[in-house]
Amino acid sequence: MTHDPVRFYQVGSFAAGNRLLDQGQRTEQSRRGRSNSLTSGHRACQGCGEALGARYALDAAMRATDGRLVAANATGCLEVFSTPYPETSWQIPWLHSLFGNAPAVATGMAAALEVKGRTDVRVVAQAGDGGTVDIGFGCLSGMFERNDDVLFICYDNEAYMNTGVQRSGATPPAARTATTEAVGPEPGNEFGQGKDLPRIAIAHGIPYVATATVAELHDLERKVERAMSIRGARYLHVLVPCPLGWASASSDTIRLARLACESGLFPLFEAENGEVVDVTKIRRQVPVEDYLKLQGRYRHLFGDPGRPDLVRQIQKVADRNIERFGLVATGAEQEVR
Amino acid sequence: MLRQIEGSRAVAEAVGLCRPEVVCAYPISPQTHIIEAVGVLVKSGRLHPCKFVNVESEFAAMSVSIGASAMGARAYTATASQGLLFMTEAVYNAAGLGLPIVMTVANRAIGAPINIWNDHSDAMSVRDAGWVQLFAETNQDAVDLHIQAFRLAEELSLPVMVCMDGFVLTHAFERVELPDQEAVDAFLPPFEPRQVLDPDNPVSIGAMVGPEAFTEVRYLAHARQLQALARIPELAEEFEAGFGRAAGGLVTTYRTEGAETVVVALGSVLGTLKDAADSMWDAGVPVGVVGVTTFRPFPAAAVARAVSAARRVVVVEKAFSIGAHGILAGDVTLALSGLDIRVDAVVAGLGGRPISEASCRGLLEEAAAGSLPALSFLDLDTHLVARELERMVAQRRSGPVAENLLRDIGSVSGSGLAVARPGSQKGAR
Amino acid sequence: MFQVRIHGRGGQGVVTAAELLAVAAFNEGRHAQAFPSFGSERTGAPVVSYCRIAEQEIRTRAPVEAPDALVVQDATLLHQVDLFSGVGPDGYVLVNTSHTFEELGIADFVSKFRADRLLTVPATEIALRLLGRPLPNAVLLGGFAAMTGAVSIDAVVAAIGQRFSGAVAERNADGAREAARVVEQERSERAATD
Ligand SMILES: Cc1ncc(C[n+]2csc(CCOP(=O)(O)OP(=O)(O)O)c2C)c(N)n1
Ligand code: SF4
Ligand SMILES: [Mg+2]
Repeated sequence: MTHDPVRFYQVGSFAAGNRLLDQGQRTEQSRRGRSNSLTSGHRACQGCGEALGARYALDAAMRATDGRLVAANATGCLEVFSTPYPETSWQIPWLHSLFGNAPAVATGMAAALEVKGRTDVRVVAQAGDGGTVDIGFGCLSGMFERNDDVLFICYDNEAYMNTGVQRSGATPPAARTATTEAVGPEPGNEFGQGKDLPRIAIAHGIPYVATATVAELHDLERKVERAMSIRGARYLHVLVPCPLGWASASSDTIRLARLACESGLFPLFEAENGEVVDVTKIRRQVPVEDYLKLQGRYRHLFGDPGRPDLVRQIQKVADRNIERFGLVATGAEQEVR
Repeated sequence: MLRQIEGSRAVAEAVGLCRPEVVCAYPISPQTHIIEAVGVLVKSGRLHPCKFVNVESEFAAMSVSIGASAMGARAYTATASQGLLFMTEAVYNAAGLGLPIVMTVANRAIGAPINIWNDHSDAMSVRDAGWVQLFAETNQDAVDLHIQAFRLAEELSLPVMVCMDGFVLTHAFERVELPDQEAVDAFLPPFEPRQVLDPDNPVSIGAMVGPEAFTEVRYLAHARQLQALARIPELAEEFEAGFGRAAGGLVTTYRTEGAETVVVALGSVLGTLKDAADSMWDAGVPVGVVGVTTFRPFPAAAVARAVSAARRVVVVEKAFSIGAHGILAGDVTLALSGLDIRVDAVVAGLGGRPISEASCRGLLEEAAAGSLPALSFLDLDTHLVARELERMVAQRRSGPVAENLLRDIGSVSGSGLAVARPGSQKGAR
Repeated sequence: MFQVRIHGRGGQGVVTAAELLAVAAFNEGRHAQAFPSFGSERTGAPVVSYCRIAEQEIRTRAPVEAPDALVVQDATLLHQVDLFSGVGPDGYVLVNTSHTFEELGIADFVSKFRADRLLTVPATEIALRLLGRPLPNAVLLGGFAAMTGAVSIDAVVAAIGQRFSGAVAERNADGAREAARVVEQERSERAATD
């Protein structure tokens, strides 16, 4: 599969409608025959990033596998909102077992396919950040380490949304959740905690690891396709803003996903066999405030008196990412763009 | 102080009054409001000194509690349903080690099919683990039982589980008398561990025990539960003296005198049953109600005493041993062996199925008439079951049962609209 | 015992409404029990809550099947959910809408209820104006108090003050009082035309 990077130079938004692109460059979502793996009628909140991310990711995986796909799903919002009594939104074979075992269930599916010689059918497993970095982490690490033929997709909304917004190991510092309330001298989630799962996945040396967001849907689809072109354990970590848990406007979901990248808080990259092979440069760097201020979960950092000290600490996190991944284009690189 | 307060908040306040030193929990509905409120107590500094640990799973939550308790800290956690099962290995371990951890279980059904609503399958699944299990009838009970739980746990060096019905109690907003700190401090002295990891006096905890002593270790666990059986009523009396209201104890009785029929149950359904019993008395049919507050250790003698004058006992329970019988009913039957009393089991309220007053009344009428079978299921939709059995006969690949039933209900009610709320299953017919 | 069932959508404060009502009754020295019919529902999904008010201890835990009063926070539910189930001909019905029952297309259906107990309040409009947010729950309770007399408007306002603080509390209380006036006026108009 070849891939031409798509560059957009429209006013302000950095986004372009599919109409402006060549057929071959359009997203899977613009294709009439797309599979609608997660079809309409589900019960996600307005502006749910997870619903959007899952729809794009699975439809791209369906295209890549010619519709020969089965999915394992952990407990969480995606599972609950997609299978409301007495309906399902899934148009692919889909199994929900438990909260903490999706990677292992997927391994079982892959093992059965292998025994039966069914090389045509592929397996994806999906979970929220809690199902991935916390309760499912043991099973996930095992799946990675054995290099089982599974694509695991984490939809990271940075907390346990399904149970009412409690902290997970992916909750960023200072964010308010129901178990890290904005009270006391250190309001919100603590600094110096949390798990960087994409980098942990890379450390397993698995064939493919990538991060993506719902702001860059071409990029998300492309990474899914790349993942499906490889056998073995693959990991895709998608940032999916959650209007309910982030206390943000439903209409800001895409904007927030973009600002997360452009501030440096959420680096976009790909890694193969333990090495980072590609990094998406920040096109126009923004201070973390631009991202934080749109979210009620950081409300306590702003206003009077606010906590500028904590905002500075968050900026340091972004700066560290920018340095670690080389996120800001050097002068020479910028010219090419 | 008398307050109109959510059950979960009230329990969190009560736990705070007991001054736990390490609180560790993993969120799961319907327990979340409890731990969120305890979290705020800690983070705001109101509960101090106390460390609130957000962990990555229930297995870790119980394991952190084990470590903290063995270090001599008063440890508290809470969970429900899948969470209790996820920590099962550590639940047995805490009891085996004899660590006085207190845990709230916000009772909820177990999946699959996933279901967040109330029944007692979760608590029942660990009834043999060696924990004391107390069941709250009201939110006042839940508050009072937690205070007694810490005292009992630490006196006997045994873990104690306080069970309260998920949503029905945890999310109910009602009046609760919250005791003041002095009264709780007077009732609950600081934790004096029986065993502790201490560099000045090193002990090994958790050694391998082979066939030569394992039976004795287990027997002692049983003996300690029997001690609890003796101690629980004493603590209840002391509690009543200190706080001015009755709570805890082994069993409660309501209008059993002169009742030929007695209904036995656990938890919040007792309230609805008492109302139904009153209406039976009004109709000239005397029916008594016995609540089992302490389910483990099982108070066989107290239960037998409470129902000894009855001719029929009906056990209403929110769980059962699939392929066998009612669980509480089994214990009650054993307690009454030798007496000429018939015991029937009625399974009710599974996965949040509402137990309506009318259904309770109907059940008591049947019980009083002696027409209940040994095991029955309240408000079971037999037609729905029959249709699925037919599908299974007609077709090998009949598909997943849960989904088939849902589709069936959806088409029967014809609404095409899902109102996922407890009661809708039954309300549809 | 006075039993209330509240219908609305996730995010509209349906559960909070029942809790506020229970606190209002508690403030009057009475027994009350509020509880949600809780689902794992996302913003916008139909939600139900219940409240019982009594002079003595409330023991039953059954959901309210035959409510004395029904509060409908979201009129779009009228055609989707069996809202009126169990409401008798003497039951109170309060609907949050700025439309008439004719406009809502249920005039025939609701004609079986007593005219003085079937009222509407534009609570969302009031909330938008006073709070800047479409949160009708506390406002509606003012209308509920005026309509049923099950609790006093003062007790409702006190409950609002206990739950919220500052401007939010004040504006919700203003909204509740305004809704109470709307209900009283509507009722006197009905009485005049009857
Ligand atoms: C063993 C176990 N513990 C707890 C739960 C309760 N639970 C269900 S989903 C969930 C959080 C899901 O969070 P995440 O994985 O981040 O997904 P999200 O809902 O945010 O998409 C929790 C705590 C459970 N189902 N099983
Ligand atoms: S709570 Fe968040 S993740 Fe869940 S459905 Fe709503 S927007 Fe999506
Ligand atoms: Mg999440």
